[in-house]
Amino acid sequence: MHTIFPLSLSGVSFAPNDVPVLADIDLRIEGGARTVILGPNGAGKSVLMRLMHGLLKPTSGQIRWNAGESRPRAQCMVFQRPVMLRRSALANVAYGLKLAGVPRVRRNIQALAALERVGLAHLAARPARVLSGGEQQRVALARAWALEPRILFLDEPTASLDPAAVRSVEQVIADIHAAGTSIVMTTHSLGQARRLADEIIFLHAGRITERTPAAEFFPRPRSIEAQTFLEGE
Amino acid sequence: MSLLSRYLLSTLAGLILGIGPVWSADSFITVASTTSTEQSGLFGYLLPQFEKPSGIQVRVVALGTGQALDLARRGDADVVFVHDPAAEEKFIAEGNGVKRQEVMYNDFVLIGPKDDPAKVAGGNDIALALRKIEASKAAFVSRGDKSGTHAAELRLWKIAGIDLAANKGSWYRDTGSGMGPALNTAASMNAYILADRGTWLNFKNRQNLAIVVEGDKRLFNQYGVILVNPAKHPHVKQAAGQQFIDWILSETGQKAIADYKIGGEQLFFPNAKR
Amino acid sequence: MNDLPASLTTALGLVAGLDARLLDIVALSLRVSLSAVLLAALLALPLGAQLAVGNFAGRRTLTVIVNGLMGLPAVVVGLLVYLLLSRAGPLGPLGLLFTPTAMVIAQAILVAPLLTALTRQTVEDAWHDYREQLHSLGATTHQATATLLWDTRYSLFTVMLAGFGRAIAEVGAVMIVGGNIDGVTRVMTTTIALETSKGDLPLALALGVILVALVLAINALAYVTGAWAQRKLG
Repeated sequence: MHTIFPLSLSGVSFAPNDVPVLADIDLRIEGGARTVILGPNGAGKSVLMRLMHGLLKPTSGQIRWNAGESRPRAQCMVFQRPVMLRRSALANVAYGLKLAGVPRVRRNIQALAALERVGLAHLAARPARVLSGGEQQRVALARAWALEPRILFLDEPTASLDPAAVRSVEQVIADIHAAGTSIVMTTHSLGQARRLADEIIFLHAGRITERTPAAEFFPRPRSIEAQTFLEGE
Repeated sequence: MSLLSRYLLSTLAGLILGIGPVWSADSFITVASTTSTEQSGLFGYLLPQFEKPSGIQVRVVALGTGQALDLARRGDADVVFVHDPAAEEKFIAEGNGVKRQEVMYNDFVLIGPKDDPAKVAGGNDIALALRKIEASKAAFVSRGDKSGTHAAELRLWKIAGIDLAANKGSWYRDTGSGMGPALNTAASMNAYILADRGTWLNFKNRQNLAIVVEGDKRLFNQYGVILVNPAKHPHVKQAAGQQFIDWILSETGQKAIADYKIGGEQLFFPNAKR
Repeated sequence: MNDLPASLTTALGLVAGLDARLLDIVALSLRVSLSAVLLAALLALPLGAQLAVGNFAGRRTLTVIVNGLMGLPAVVVGLLVYLLLSRAGPLGPLGLLFTPTAMVIAQAILVAPLLTALTRQTVEDAWHDYREQLHSLGATTHQATATLLWDTRYSLFTVMLAGFGRAIAEVGAVMIVGGNIDGVTRVMTTTIALETSKGDLPLALALGVILVALVLAINALAYVTGAWAQRKLG
């Protein structure tokens, strides 16, 4: 099967209007892991994710996937605030499939299956906008999952949710990974990072200071910036 | 049915409804006439008597005489029915009309405030009255819109020997409007104004105004009817237009004109030449 | 203003008596203005969405022009359409002058800039919220436009109501291209103008009251329908 990995960033910088945000980013994602990007506010985590996903173009440097592709389809992103269209939950999930050209009957079946997997099949006919924050985020995840992405980017997916909702969303993320999708996410919550991460990429003032397996990062971070960050928590 | 289809269908329906009346019209002619004739109510009374037996609908576009003739010059009417002999002759001379035929006349009346600052009430000499108005600088409202009434007003000032260009002051209000709006203005300003009797009789906002001078032969207002020249405007409905003209000049048409009354008073006097 | 009570009574009398000519005039007003708004929307909604979402050269200039055209006086539109449809004009052979169709065309041109500008603003606001997610899902500009137009449908409905209000209230355009012909192209606003110029102010005012009441009723109906739809269909 065709693989989109590895994703490699070489010499990437991002400086809109000459304001430096990211610099000297060299990164290679092989796929298969749950990668969490940590760092203080303003470090550039969200920007890095958007560059990887292809929503932003780097000011310099190269971003390439396998076989030199610049933006494969098999990737999705879920945002901090779920964007729900003014239609039913099922229709929201089916929307991604519709954009991909899947015919109506088949996409509704696939959409319902995705809602099943995130435990929301009973809300399929409900207008998506009346759902709770946690439910909406799970619909967004179902929408992404229905497209069978090889990699899923998540930008602070539970930052706006209450603890119960956080747990259910984390469960879905774990399920998606278990089914074979690589995860790259940012979070403010160290607890969440501890729970979910296989590896940590630490970003400070626009630069990557270290990339460490999670089991080693939390007891003994390698970079001084990461140490300071963890102590501050 | 999907929402998109519903949207498209209702749009289509809307368009058809909007367009429908055009297709359903049988035979009709467009007559360019004047606001004073329309507002006198003559057409409402007269036209059904032609339309029913002939099956030809007469669509009247009512404008000032100047505008009506301009409309016809562009070929947007089949027949003109206005009251400014000089302008009508010019229209024929330009090749825009076939022939001018007299239909009827009515008269103009001088309207003024009941307290009559220029002291002209009761007279029957329009030239004298205008001179008095100019001398006393009493407020006077003019239509100023190239209409038949406006043309008549200017002719009368000339007959009275007054050079308007030289003597125009703030007492002379050039409103550039139709008969009704000009009367509204005169009523609120308590001013003198020249009006056709038909519009005056139908006018409901008189306030302090009344007829002050009438009966002078120079106040007579001649109406003419002209078929727009099909040689110059090939799409003109020549047969139907001529049928209307023939009818209005016929004994039946002329009698119908004479029979039109407001409050028992005859407005228009048929004078077609046989 | 002491005409007002008399006018209200006259208005009620006319409505209660179901005066046939009045009903014809009201029906024609509704048909012309509704058709005009629908016709204008066919162009204005996609165009407004394109201006919000698209990325083509001259987009900002076009936006400014469209906004400016909202200030087109009705009488100027009437004049332009008249010159277009006159026998002496380019579309003369169509014979559309002094027909309800001409009135529909004139009013459609009149409200199109308004519909476009308001659509653009509505879609732009939604695009601000949806942009990243739609890009992430791989939507093309065309797909994004369609999605945004559908998603903002309730706001766009209000936009259409605004256009309808503008159309049914105007007199300058329909007077010139319609000719205010009795029984053919006479609508509420031109009738009011006519009765005013005849000095029958109470009747003119009465017709004005009826027109306002009609537009209010339509807006109330639209509001109720919209609220119901939103509850039921989300």
